[in-house]
Amino acid sequence: MSTVLSPVNETLTVLLTGEIDHHTAAALREEIDAAIEEHHPRLLTLDFGGVSFMDSSGIGLVMGRYKQVSAYGGRVAVANTPKPLRRVMRLAGLDRLAEMENGGTSQ
Amino acid sequence: MRQKEKPVNSFKFELESRSINESLARSCIAALIAQLDPTVDELADIRTAVSEAVTNCIVHAYPDQLGKIYISAALYRGGRVVIRVKDKGCGISDVPRAMEPLFTTGNTEERSGLGFSVMQSMMDRIAVRSKPGGPTVVTLEKRLRLKGDADGSV
Repeated sequence: MSTVLSPVNETLTVLLTGEIDHHTAAALREEIDAAIEEHHPRLLTLDFGGVSFMDSSGIGLVMGRYKQVSAYGGRVAVANTPKPLRRVMRLAGLDRLAEMENGGTSQ
Repeated sequence: MRQKEKPVNSFKFELESRSINESLARSCIAALIAQLDPTVDELADIRTAVSEAVTNCIVHAYPDQLGKIYISAALYRGGRVVIRVKDKGCGISDVPRAMEPLFTTGNTEERSGLGFSVMQSMMDRIAVRSKPGGPTVVTLEKRLRLKGDADGSV
């Protein structure tokens, strides 16, 4: 996982990589929350472009970050979701929580 | 389920309920399923469903202890795949409720409560057998679309 901070627009983009399951989600959660805590971005974008596998633990990860960010009035977007992951996101209705960009659930 | 039918190939293995074994479990199953030449989507569906079932064992069946997870998979003629994930953990007192979307008892870990919903969506059939204090068996079934003239014989 790596993060890209754009202070101008107050956006924080998290580039997720690898497989997201219950095991890996725990560390991701801590890292992302530390970045949120530090920057309080107005927009948090979770970029799933490098994610090769995700189960419902990924849904919990997005929902939890949405809670954190919306608590201070920020927004969450999900971007570049690979095709196999979109079904899981659609199933969870994540499009009702987060903004979907470039391969969100609508495609 | 036609359990009397003889599988064309099968295997079983057991794991300790450590979260690091979630990827091991789905990778082992995927390696067997690969013999049927599945589509990318079919393989992703099965990997996801297995991951959910195994995670349930780790998070819910053995919440405060290490236990064994028993996994078996069988391939049948015609591309039918049957996977069983069994634990000897605390059991489920109300199976229909546990399977309801968004219902979860694992609140401390940010669980979405969608594990069974994902399994149902990814597989053709899912059966859950459990009782409080007794073993839990989750059976997942899916028929793969076989390419060409393959009939599932491996």
